[in-house]
Amino acid sequence: MHGRIRTWGPGALVLLPTVLLLGYFVYGLIGSTFNTSLTNKHNARPVPTKHVGFENYVNLFGEDRFLNSLKNLGVLTVAFIVGTLIFGVLWALLLEKGVTGEGIFRSIFLFPMAVSMIASGVVWGWLLNPSQGDDARGLNRLFDLLHLNFLENPWWTAGSRWTTMASIALPAVWQLSGYIMALFLAGFRGIPGELREAARVDGASEFKLYRYVLFPQLSPIALSALIILGHMSLKLFDLIYAITGPNQFRTEVPSVYMWNTLLRSDMAKAAGIAIVLLAVVAVLVIPYVAYTVRQETEE
Amino acid sequence: MRGGWSKTFAVIGAVGLLAVSACGNSNDNSTGGDASANKDVTVFTWWADGGEKAGLDGLVSAFATDCKDYKFVNSAVAGGAGSNAKQVLANDLAAKKPPATFQAHAGAELGDYIKNGQVDDVSDLYKEWGLDKAFPQSLLDNLTVDGKIYSVPANVHRANMVWANPAVLKKANIDATKAPASVDAWIADMEKLKAAGVKAPLATSKGFAQEMVLEVVLLAELGPDKFTGLWKGETDAGGADVTAALTKYQKLLSYSNVDRDAIDWPDALGYVNKAQAAYTVMGDWVAAQQLSDKVPDSAYTYWPAPGTAGNFQFLSDSFTLPTGGQDPDGAKCWLKTVGSAEGQKAFNTKKGSIPARSDAVATDYPKYQQSAMADWTANKIVPSCAHGAACSLGQNDSILSAISQFSGKQDVATLQKALATAIKSS
Repeated sequence: MHGRIRTWGPGALVLLPTVLLLGYFVYGLIGSTFNTSLTNKHNARPVPTKHVGFENYVNLFGEDRFLNSLKNLGVLTVAFIVGTLIFGVLWALLLEKGVTGEGIFRSIFLFPMAVSMIASGVVWGWLLNPSQGDDARGLNRLFDLLHLNFLENPWWTAGSRWTTMASIALPAVWQLSGYIMALFLAGFRGIPGELREAARVDGASEFKLYRYVLFPQLSPIALSALIILGHMSLKLFDLIYAITGPNQFRTEVPSVYMWNTLLRSDMAKAAGIAIVLLAVVAVLVIPYVAYTVRQETEE
Repeated sequence: MRGGWSKTFAVIGAVGLLAVSACGNSNDNSTGGDASANKDVTVFTWWADGGEKAGLDGLVSAFATDCKDYKFVNSAVAGGAGSNAKQVLANDLAAKKPPATFQAHAGAELGDYIKNGQVDDVSDLYKEWGLDKAFPQSLLDNLTVDGKIYSVPANVHRANMVWANPAVLKKANIDATKAPASVDAWIADMEKLKAAGVKAPLATSKGFAQEMVLEVVLLAELGPDKFTGLWKGETDAGGADVTAALTKYQKLLSYSNVDRDAIDWPDALGYVNKAQAAYTVMGDWVAAQQLSDKVPDSAYTYWPAPGTAGNFQFLSDSFTLPTGGQDPDGAKCWLKTVGSAEGQKAFNTKKGSIPARSDAVATDYPKYQQSAMADWTANKIVPSCAHGAACSLGQNDSILSAISQFSGKQDVATLQKALATAIKSS
């Protein structure tokens, strides 16, 4: 008996703090938030609250403002993921082909990641000024000076949901493309040189080499990139808040709406929005976790 | 080797956990101990820079002479109209750790704190300090909730003001000295300005600035009684007169700058100062901004928004006595300073607002404030929604959202419906 404790005891001790901290600060608080979302705590009054079942969720999904914020989030996520993957993979490919001064380019591409979202949001808020022509400022001014006037546009302040949310995604794409580049570059470097040589010896063209030999091996990396970008997009708050301010119907996403709701002390509704966001994240993350676990057990 | 490593990690983990809990405890002890020992008075505001900070500094120096036993502790949180500060304050109040006193807009916005039981009744202090005589009755009426008063106003601001550039108006042969008689006449002037080459005669900015334009149009079209009734739910928000006013608001927006959702009010004021626009609707803190930007008096003019002359749309920054505050005596001493003639003078000469007391000496103040002080006693007082005198935080949040939606896709019916729903909510 004593011997068995010696085998698993130290391991359990190591895990214990993590389990306790996670149990309380993550799962305990998720439970508490879910519980709040089932009550009628719509103000800061210290009166006893009562459970009202799923009333808050029914109200939320019947509300134009919330549905609008969910649609905005969907469009933002697609624009952000597609944009970041395109630039990230493109840069990784270029660097992978070999350039002089690779280190410098790597730093340049990675650099935006070092800037905090709130700081870049302040700058991008100015860059995305919608004035055009003679009054143009920010990016529009740059296009004007370069005689690329056809590129001038009102950014997030006018137009469809797609143009609005794609404009908001632009700074996020700028920030994270470098990170995706780093991921893919590491992936390319991890593939043994023999595989390339073998493919070349077999007469594969450069395109076929990437299509059939290299890219299939990068699918786990692509999946991680997708998950990381996806959940970052769902959490995006600071960037949107810094660019547009609160209470902008056109760009409001659930996280910003939750902040506005908290400000009016509507705890139950804010908790409801938080749980909906958690559910959306879970839809994205759970299949990924299941996939990785299956991969590991197969190995 | 394996066992050795896991033991090491176990020890590190356990020590880490202990350290975390120990830190938590020691922090609690030290903050609690300091506050009771030093007689600090933590004053929570969103006055962090510009004319606002200068005003606060004025109050602090008056506090230092009046309340020698106490030390002022600044706990200001920056952010336009207090948007960030209110979130921080809400957390502190919910955690039952209120500051000694906090800033709140007098009126409906204060109503949230009253309903939540987070502020104490200060009516007795009003009698003790003679504030019930010093403040005009119209203000006292606006402060009183169910026969009780919960805050001491530091100042009065006027919201329904238009700031104009006379040089731009002259280009279109418009008389800069007096306001257009009505919203319609104002729209006609904007048309003249456009013809004279001013692309966007009305400069405005995001959020509450657009709400203020909407409010002055509603006030002009509905008149003061129906306007005040609108926020109380006594005026039908779905009525035809409201529709007509909203249509005029839409027309006004068409004369405004395209980047209105991307800029803040000082930028909009900058358009007027740089002669790119003729007008901007903004509260009278503009006077302090112009002073600090060194814009000479002759370069700008101002009048009550067209159709609202004779009405003083007010908002007031006031200080409260939070329930269960750390040092109520220190907070009371702060409130006494805020309400005193010297305190109000020290604060308002710098912030660009006017004193709430009616016994203030007009000649102590700059030119704009003198005219506002005359209007304050002579005009009809109406509240402002954008600045918490007429609306709760929740109502204002819904209205701001509806206004930003309208700024993009201009549908009067949607705006009117959203406005009616927002007023009914809490």
